[in-house]
Amino acid sequence: MTDTNSPSPSRRSLLGWGGAGLALGAAAAGGAVAMARTEDDASPSAGSAIAFHGPHQAGIATPVQDRLHFAAFDVTTDDREAFVRLLKDWTAAARRMTAGHAVGEGAYGGLAEAPPDDTGEALGLKPSRLTLTIGFGPSLFEKFGLTDRRPEALVDLPKFAGDNLDKNRSGGDLCIQACADDPQVAVHAVRNLARIGFGKVVVKWSQLGFGKTSSTTPEAQTPRNLMGFKDGTRNIAGTETDRLKKFVWVDGKDGPPWMEGGSYLVARRIRMHIETWDRTSLQEQEDIFGRDKGEGAPVGKAKERDEPFLKAMKPDAHVRLAHPDTNHGATILRRGYSFTDGTDGLGRLDAGLFFLAYQRDVRKGFIPVQRSLAADALNEYIQHVGSALFAVPPGVRDKDDWWGRTLFSKEA
Amino acid sequence: MRPARPASVVIAAAAALAAVTGCTEKSDAKDGDHVINVTATDDKCQVSKKEFPAGHVELAVENKGSKVTEVYVLFPDDRVVTERENIGPGTKQRVTAEVKAGDYQIACKPGMKGDGIRQAVKATGGKAVKRDPRLDKAVAAYRAYAQAQADETLPKAEAFAQAVKDGDIEAAKKAYAPSRIGWERTEPVAESFGDIDPKVDVREDGLEDGQDPATDWTGWHRLEKALWQDKKIGDREKDLADLLIKDLKDWQNRVGKAEITPTSMANGAKELLDEVATGKVTGEEERYSHTDLVDFKANVEGAQKSYDLLKPVAKENDAALVTELDEQFAALDKLLDRYRPNTTSYDFTSYDKVGKADRKELSDAVNALAEPLSKLAAAVVK
Repeated sequence: MTDTNSPSPSRRSLLGWGGAGLALGAAAAGGAVAMARTEDDASPSAGSAIAFHGPHQAGIATPVQDRLHFAAFDVTTDDREAFVRLLKDWTAAARRMTAGHAVGEGAYGGLAEAPPDDTGEALGLKPSRLTLTIGFGPSLFEKFGLTDRRPEALVDLPKFAGDNLDKNRSGGDLCIQACADDPQVAVHAVRNLARIGFGKVVVKWSQLGFGKTSSTTPEAQTPRNLMGFKDGTRNIAGTETDRLKKFVWVDGKDGPPWMEGGSYLVARRIRMHIETWDRTSLQEQEDIFGRDKGEGAPVGKAKERDEPFLKAMKPDAHVRLAHPDTNHGATILRRGYSFTDGTDGLGRLDAGLFFLAYQRDVRKGFIPVQRSLAADALNEYIQHVGSALFAVPPGVRDKDDWWGRTLFSKEA
Repeated sequence: MRPARPASVVIAAAAALAAVTGCTEKSDAKDGDHVINVTATDDKCQVSKKEFPAGHVELAVENKGSKVTEVYVLFPDDRVVTERENIGPGTKQRVTAEVKAGDYQIACKPGMKGDGIRQAVKATGGKAVKRDPRLDKAVAAYRAYAQAQADETLPKAEAFAQAVKDGDIEAAKKAYAPSRIGWERTEPVAESFGDIDPKVDVREDGLEDGQDPATDWTGWHRLEKALWQDKKIGDREKDLADLLIKDLKDWQNRVGKAEITPTSMANGAKELLDEVATGKVTGEEERYSHTDLVDFKANVEGAQKSYDLLKPVAKENDAALVTELDEQFAALDKLLDRYRPNTTSYDFTSYDKVGKADRKELSDAVNALAEPLSKLAAAVVK
């Protein structure tokens, strides 16, 4: 029943894109990277499917989708076999959902007396470029006696200046990042994985995101964050094989071998004090970022992508402090999202940026950049309130492969 | 308790016995194929034939014994097809029913007590409904369990009601939670009657539109509020204590006749966990007495009973599910044991003393059990 509850012929025909994407991606050694790109922007064929299989997990170099549902889980079983079984079940479900299929035998038509395998809210929706990406947190390695396999690069993040971390929004034994162009598709995916995981994992915290704040397709305009600014204009594109290899994908030489082709993910919940920001003069806002608000051009330049002249900016300008040139070339791939989670009880929106950054080594990526940002003028308007770090294993190669095999299979 | 239940609830109301019309009208029909003569004595229950055509069946009962008796036609799982009570010595009664092809039992109960003296009979012709005798046995055992829970609950509820009527607040508080255990263990069966549950187990916020708490709110939780929040017992409370017993007796009398099927048992087990997840884990159910963990434990025990009875069949169809359920039941039990001094005591920690992190842990364990439990029905009917 492989096509159970696939909603429409049009949806099924779109699945062809998934196959094409796989072939293209493999040929380009880029894995699950950009597949169907339209002329000018970052929403290539919004309804299509992204290939699930490849040397790298989809959802990293993939052109950034419009919506996010991110969930961090605690593992509640100490039974390694049960956990591996879950990883396999999850992989099978992820394979189906990213292709636009319902989980298992579908959301209807089964036994009347039993709940359906799939929760059903994504029926009739297109695959929406759903990607599902798994990461393993430092605490997972202790739970299963794998401390000797914990990568050196999976450090415990130091405390950064200004951090005000809520432990209920931080950490986690593992994470699932669901990105899609339709929020219902992303939420459906995490919900069903959480359901499959009951008894083995529990959701520790989760985050919904909208309005992507970075782009991995440089021909598109850089999206704006909730402060109204373009940020991260120099992000790594999904097509930049060399930069991806240099800054994002873990190399065989980096160790441990099971991480080859993987990456490291830093997730930070950054609260923005948007009310005070909105009362700040335009001049000060532009000085703080080091860009103009309209075009997004660096200080003294005309266009968004003009090479910035850092010394023209104030010493505490955000762009100046975050730029690779200030940080010995430190470069990360960002795919963050804006969030608003109601109000904070003080009449202010609980809003900000859910920052997601992938890199080959956190010690050469996020950590030096974030240290440099200790002096950032922007800090008056933002606060880091959640933090987590995950080792993102390599991609699922084919239909017999599963998430985390290189770490958990006996022979690996 | 839930204020309203959708029609799709699997344990359907007892009234919905499609195969059954129990009526006792006099029939002018001549004794034919469809009439069975039943001769009841104090130690015998003789039937004139053991095979008869499916369809309309009439029992012509004569009580030749010295005790008042009653006569039942029962499905293989002990569910009542039809019945006639209060057949006095020396009297005759007629009982009719519509039956499908299959196996049945006719039972006479001299003195109107016990399981009765039984005769196996068979309705033939037409298409017989395929039955799994193991599942019939499981349903019969569960029905007996539900009845036993009601029977054991009544004295405990009466002790509670008496304490209320005596105006003894402390004694009433002590008797409160134990008086609910049997009910909580078999809640889906009790709820299947529809009318009893809103009388005995409704919470103030579960009252329907237009109902006045002052006059329409009855049952355990109304008394709970009086004891723990208002801290006084007045005439109204004493009347409500009597009413509670009256309603619980109604439950006791009807519980044996509930429509129970293998899948309703399985889904009933899951519903018990749903009760825990929506009412107990949040502390809403026992918001004044904070005895939520007693209900919690009773719900889990009731679910376990259902599961244990269905397990032999489920294991054949889905061994992995049974392994998982055994594990999760054990894990939840172990967790609950942390909140009582020993495994025989129902003296659980007051729920207002259970912190947020511990409540989450309980909630996680309930999810871990309820999710695979939702697959039990499928494993039973596969």
